[in-house]
Amino acid sequence: MGWFSTTPFLNVPVSTQITYRKSSWWKLNQQRLTPWIFLFPGLLLFLVYVIWPIFNSLYISLLQWDGLSPAIYVGLSNYIELLDDEYFYISLMNNLKWLILFMLAVPIGLGLAIFLNQTIFGIRLIKSLFFFPFVISQVVIGIIFSWFYNPRGVIGPFLDKLGLSNYAILADENFATYGIIFAGIYPQIAYCMILYLTGLNNLNTDQIEAGRMDGAKGFSLFKNIILPQLKPATFLAIVVTVIGSLRSFDMVAIMTQGGPYGSTNVLAYYMFETALSEYGYRMGYGSAIAAVLFTIMMFYILFFIYRMYQSEKKGL
Amino acid sequence: MFPIPIQKRPLINRISYKILVPVSLFIWLIPLIGIMLTSIRGLGDITAGNYWGIPSEFLLFSNIKDVFQNTPMLSYIINSFKITIPTVLGAVAISCMTGFALASYKFKANLFIFFTFIAGNFVPFQILMIPVRDLTFQMGLYDTVTGLVLFHVAFQTGFCTLFMRNFIKALPNELFEAARIDGTSEINIFLKIVVPLTRPAIAALSVLIFTFIWNDFFWATVLIQGQHAMPITAGLKSLNGQWVTVYHLLSAGSIIAAVPPVIMFFLMQKHFIAGLTLGASKG
Amino acid sequence: MKKIIATLTAILAMGFSSSFAGTLVINTDLTDPAPKAAFEWAFNKFQEENPDVTIEVNNFDHEGYKQAIRNFLTTSPPDVFNWYAGNRMLPFVRAGLVEDVSDIWSDTGWVDGNLTEGMSHAKKPMTIGGKQWGIPYTYYQWGVYYRKDIFEANGISVPTTWDEFVAACATLKAAGVTPITIGSKYLWTTAGVFDYLNLRTNGYEFHMALTKGEIPYTDPRVHAVFDKWDELVKPGYFLENHASLAWQEAIPPMINGEAAMYVMGNFSVALFKEGGLTNDNLGFFQFPEITPGIPMAEEAPTDTMHIASGAKNKTDAKRFLIFLSRADVQEEMNKTLGQLPVNSGSKVDPDPFLEAGLNMLNNAYAMAQFYDRDAPAEMASEGMKGFQEYMVNPDRRDKILERLEKVRQRVYK
Repeated sequence: MGWFSTTPFLNVPVSTQITYRKSSWWKLNQQRLTPWIFLFPGLLLFLVYVIWPIFNSLYISLLQWDGLSPAIYVGLSNYIELLDDEYFYISLMNNLKWLILFMLAVPIGLGLAIFLNQTIFGIRLIKSLFFFPFVISQVVIGIIFSWFYNPRGVIGPFLDKLGLSNYAILADENFATYGIIFAGIYPQIAYCMILYLTGLNNLNTDQIEAGRMDGAKGFSLFKNIILPQLKPATFLAIVVTVIGSLRSFDMVAIMTQGGPYGSTNVLAYYMFETALSEYGYRMGYGSAIAAVLFTIMMFYILFFIYRMYQSEKKGL
Repeated sequence: MFPIPIQKRPLINRISYKILVPVSLFIWLIPLIGIMLTSIRGLGDITAGNYWGIPSEFLLFSNIKDVFQNTPMLSYIINSFKITIPTVLGAVAISCMTGFALASYKFKANLFIFFTFIAGNFVPFQILMIPVRDLTFQMGLYDTVTGLVLFHVAFQTGFCTLFMRNFIKALPNELFEAARIDGTSEINIFLKIVVPLTRPAIAALSVLIFTFIWNDFFWATVLIQGQHAMPITAGLKSLNGQWVTVYHLLSAGSIIAAVPPVIMFFLMQKHFIAGLTLGASKG
Repeated sequence: MKKIIATLTAILAMGFSSSFAGTLVINTDLTDPAPKAAFEWAFNKFQEENPDVTIEVNNFDHEGYKQAIRNFLTTSPPDVFNWYAGNRMLPFVRAGLVEDVSDIWSDTGWVDGNLTEGMSHAKKPMTIGGKQWGIPYTYYQWGVYYRKDIFEANGISVPTTWDEFVAACATLKAAGVTPITIGSKYLWTTAGVFDYLNLRTNGYEFHMALTKGEIPYTDPRVHAVFDKWDELVKPGYFLENHASLAWQEAIPPMINGEAAMYVMGNFSVALFKEGGLTNDNLGFFQFPEITPGIPMAEEAPTDTMHIASGAKNKTDAKRFLIFLSRADVQEEMNKTLGQLPVNSGSKVDPDPFLEAGLNMLNNAYAMAQFYDRDAPAEMASEGMKGFQEYMVNPDRRDKILERLEKVRQRVYK
């Protein structure tokens, strides 16, 4: 970068030389300063609205505070109370159910993608129609499904035929969570499908042909040649599905509000319920729940970052 | 090609495939078909339990009219636009800058800042909820569109930065170097070279963010309380509470809420999918 | 020059303050048609009488309001807002968010007057720490709404004792009719049943002591309440799937004749009638006696109007409260609401349900507000969750009561 620092001094008049020197400071440091200028607005907003609140929440989790009267510092007692809170364990278990069952969206999405990866008439439109549940708000999906499940609703006539008349899955503590997950996974499958469709589009044809030449067929071709090539798509599908499963708030809020009697609660909703709902306003306790959720998520975020870091190092 | 193109399969497979595809599409869309059928019906069908038969009356338009006349649906929709559009503009503009800064300059904190953006993007909303709500209170922006937009812009900056940075990083670096040798200032490199080249990324990002924000429910619940600023998702939720027994109106309302992102999706499908699947085909 | 500026400022300031004085900001949660109409009438009438005042209404949806109230009271307080009597207003009063309106309740009154004599009997529930914090404008009875025709067809007469009540349920069940409908998705309906069972089994004083946190939930007397409840839950006298239904969704079974009774508040009459029931086939009776000799207390929640301590226009706010307490205003509003006026000078609409309610409440030993207004919010929320769980799984009673006891010890500490 030394190319512009000395040579221009040769035939420049004094007066301009001074102004040049001024701008030369800028020029010298332009490369160093520009990124910070560009980063400033985004970084500032992000620090204020995302980074600082995380630490602030962790601090609030040590308080007893109802948002109205002054807060009292109570140390770890919110966390100790959590350990003895039945609803907390129910929520945690439900989060686990969400996580495990949501993972089904990945293979189902892959299956759908393989099924649809053909070139027949109208396939583009068909793919779009398969995808479009993802575009619709979770609120709408939640409303559709709760009405779907209502024994006096759409599914009623079918259940009657199965001899299950008047069965309300959302009122059954043993199955309500599965009912919500089923609704939640619906758009998630669409998302995974589209990821895999893109992956399938970019397969290396030579490798496949070579594999077929070697006699690889059916499942072994899929397992040994296709799946490894789909690795980036799989990685992304898992990433978005894990996040989707932990952000289960919307569905629970619309479909059951955590009921019946807390049996469909998840940490995300339970936190909201304790901190902001009609009977809640335990900000400290809510923050403690959020902190647990955050810690769980952090493992996963660190894993993701580690992977990104590895690929960045390769890239550099 | 994987799987083997259906055209190369025996006739029987071809025929069964052509039957199977529409059938599975129908099954897949049953929930949506159900709600569309219901939105056509009148109260008579609903109370009589006629959900799947032929609607006895075609009342889609009168139901939609009912929804607009008897509920603040129109103002909910307008609010949704007032929240969504500025957020898209803000988040995309800001992330063009952050993305450019992180993609084409080498400095010590670069990767650290980049990873901070990524990590923040994955954080569960609940850990931000109470402080963000308090902050918005203190700024006097609680229960306003501005307050919600500011937060959305800030939070979406994480994802958008990841997206733009990777896109700009993939551009040939020689372009910038050549411009620098020509004495182009950094700001002009950004405005005259980077921005035009990232147009496809900007388009993809805009459609994505539009859908995300339009469909946001959580923050609308946390930062908005009155009808004057409430977007359609939260509005629909409150109608859900009142309309527990008038499914046909609820269905019509749901469909109205779904229309803008669906139109957006079908118009900008290519960009939308390109945005969503960024990284699905290469590491 | 200085003088001119000072005068200008003064004029401007006057202009501003008078425009302030002219606007009255009211926050309400009027989503159902009846309250909406009643208040629209009241707002218009008030404006007619006070042409210098402009009313500005911020309307919230009913469920959302309960969350919103905390926010707006602390950040952008209105002048007037509606809420509920009893423990429900306590946290706001304690936090200094509600204006003390003792002056309009006192005999000497406030500059613009005071409440009429007809209101003096309602002073107690509005009092915390010797001061009054708002005015009540309506209340309504709870009890059992039932299908007269179904009772008649099965040869059942209105039960007045517990045994008769249980026998009536058995007869209905045998006839293939669900004896009692209920929708417990939003929990509070279960509290209506609990309150009555407790009021009738143990009496008003015990019920109040329990909601004040003075009695353990594991107390044998609480178990006695659940023993009675068992007699209804275990044979399946309540509607199936009630946990998936909102209270309104439990009304159609009664309209269709699939269910015969609903333990509810009088606000439900409007929905019953909308669904096609009339005074001929819809009836009301007092929740029957359980422990003989215990004086009959009733559930009668009161809706109230308050002034925010941060109100900008307290003068007109007080005027509005006095206006709302007037006999003629309450009479007209409650006609539309289908509820009972608090002012004893108001006439009650000649409606069989209101007359029955008024008659019952006038003879009541005492009135409870409702579980979620008498108990503090946190206890109420856990309690009602527990009631719902119990109604689905009566076998878990012990576990539930132990959990509630744990919550009680934490909440009232």
